[in-house]
Amino acid sequence: MVMMSGGVDSSVAAALLQQAGHAVVGVTMKLWGGPSDTGCCAVSDVDDARRVADRLGIEHHVFNFGDDFERDVVAPYVADHAAGLTPNPCIECNRHLKFDRLFRRADVLGFGTVATGHHARVVSTRDGPRLGRGADAAKDQSYVLHMLDQTVLSRLILPLGDLTKADVRRIAADLDLRTAHKPESQDVCFITNEHGRRAFLGDRIPLKSARVVEQDGTEVGSVESVELVTIGQRKGLGLAGGTDPRYVIDVDAPAGTVTVGEKADLVTSSTPLANWDWTGAAFDGELDLQCSAHGTVERGTVRSGGVDWSSPHRRIAPGQSVVAYVDGLVVGGGIATR
Amino acid sequence: MEREIYLDHAASTPVRIEARDEWMAAAEAHHANPTGAHKAARHARRALDDARDAIAAALGRPPAEVVFTSGGSEADNLAIRGVLGARGGVAVCSAGEHHAVLEPVEHAGGATVALDRTGRVAPDELRRVLSDLDHVSVVSLIAVNNETGAINDLPALAAVVRETAPDALLHTDAVQAVSWVDLGSLAADFDLVSITGHKLGGPIGTGALFVREGTVLDAQILGGGQERGRRAGTPDVAGAAAFAAAVEITVRYRDEEIARLGVLRDRLVAGLVERLGDIVQPTVATPGDVTNVAASIAHVMLRGVEAEALLFLLDSEGLRASAASSCSSGAQDPSPVLAAMGIDREVAEGSLRLSLGHTSTEADIDAALEIIPPAVERLLHH
Repeated sequence: MVMMSGGVDSSVAAALLQQAGHAVVGVTMKLWGGPSDTGCCAVSDVDDARRVADRLGIEHHVFNFGDDFERDVVAPYVADHAAGLTPNPCIECNRHLKFDRLFRRADVLGFGTVATGHHARVVSTRDGPRLGRGADAAKDQSYVLHMLDQTVLSRLILPLGDLTKADVRRIAADLDLRTAHKPESQDVCFITNEHGRRAFLGDRIPLKSARVVEQDGTEVGSVESVELVTIGQRKGLGLAGGTDPRYVIDVDAPAGTVTVGEKADLVTSSTPLANWDWTGAAFDGELDLQCSAHGTVERGTVRSGGVDWSSPHRRIAPGQSVVAYVDGLVVGGGIATR
Repeated sequence: MEREIYLDHAASTPVRIEARDEWMAAAEAHHANPTGAHKAARHARRALDDARDAIAAALGRPPAEVVFTSGGSEADNLAIRGVLGARGGVAVCSAGEHHAVLEPVEHAGGATVALDRTGRVAPDELRRVLSDLDHVSVVSLIAVNNETGAINDLPALAAVVRETAPDALLHTDAVQAVSWVDLGSLAADFDLVSITGHKLGGPIGTGALFVREGTVLDAQILGGGQERGRRAGTPDVAGAAAFAAAVEITVRYRDEEIARLGVLRDRLVAGLVERLGDIVQPTVATPGDVTNVAASIAHVMLRGVEAEALLFLLDSEGLRASAASSCSSGAQDPSPVLAAMGIDREVAEGSLRLSLGHTSTEADIDAALEIIPPAVERLLHH
């Protein structure tokens, strides 16, 4: 079974597996029924996936996991924002939908292996399969797949792991696939460019104003919606100006307080973490740590309840994932907390 | 080629040979636009009106009532939006309507009437809803439900409307009905009746709305004033001829087919119950009943089964069926019909619609009974 989102990557993944002699069935998940102009669930994307499958001569099915998506991705996304966190719904979609719900469906339908078009590699090691970075550093998606455990990895094929995006587009063009030149999906699929995050959240929760204060408690400004403020933000804080640039260094949604400081205050020596999982055995000592999809790698040590940075590190917005690598292989991950 | 057991006739049924022959013959014979003034045009016009006469006669209504459309959805939209456009007021429909009725009614801010557990509109419930509303201009009640096969008691419901909302026009979406009920008498009180070709062996893309004479209706497609100004666009002569042939054959053999397929439907449901026990719950059908439930539809709910996964397994065995109504992407959407009957969403997720039609045979039922139980067991015991 190949997950086909309707993009160029999964189109080529399906084509490569077919060329390699696999009996391939394409599946597209329908996750979001509301308006969408950015992401992966629009009817036009399903059409693209279907037409690529037709072109390749493989069967294509659509599974509706809308209820699961609402429960496991959208509702937590809204709740996290309400709590002043900065969630990453794509990671939650991978965790709950692509690599859990769909894998369970694949299971009952008798598909031993599942493939996706992600830019990452499944690497066999003495400690079992591990997730490795994709060959195209700029497109590497191992960060958003860090939660894959070894049970999932042992059933997963990632045919694009050794290819660059340019390779993928060239293969798609050679095969005359209609997705060859399709722009990449960006942003969150259920948030429209037209209306944005504010409108989406505003329809679901009351957006609350908050006071903007210095670290000594002096009130210096205000924001309309504390739910939309994130660590490191400089603009839209209602500040008078004339001082050194001010950055958000803390968001306390329940108290309705946003704390600002100087650039130097954005730096910290440790970050608390929740829900840390090791892929296989735990690691002691310094690790490579990455805090956003294509962020820089920093060194640090993961201990119970958090990470100690080897050198001062920019504060991480609570809700964001921290992923640990050893020699380019994912060894664990967790979520930054406040 | 793999064998196909086609049990999705309620979605679309194969074109009948008689309809196909008419279609081809008319397409060859009529090259002119039937609205023209010359002999070739008159020739085409005659074929169109012959089709109109045949459809009207088969369903016991005057030929002047027939407005050809591109199918059931267009007919439903013309009925609901046409009345609202001409008369204003409020539209009311049952909550178990096809989307082609539900959407126009809800879009116009109309009201819906819940179904009872048998999948039908209860007269008392209809009365209650109508009593609370002023200026009801159209009431739309499906004849045969497309998912469950439940047949509404249209005469009784019409009496309620006449009594509680005397000015309202009555519309019925009879898209599923022509093959399984005597529509002429069932819908005799209705001012507007939607039918379609592809549910009875005519071509997809053909349909009609019966409009009782004297009814004022806003056209939804403006243009050259065809169909007495109710539906512009060059008439599809060949399609109409094929549609008429399919209607005639369907009505001629209807009683025999109801009897034949009712037996097959009951065998299918009984066979599933025998093999799967209380995992299977027939949604509305009761053995031998072809009066309250279409003889063609076996709708069951399978406890603990995800219909979408089941359909995948059945499809891979060559059995074509459906669950709830499919959405435009091809995914299965939760059924508003089952929700309107008060069935939990979770239970509704296990729904399976097996629908029979003119090509269905004993062998199809045997094959279905071989294929379905092991697939269900596999999903349950995985």
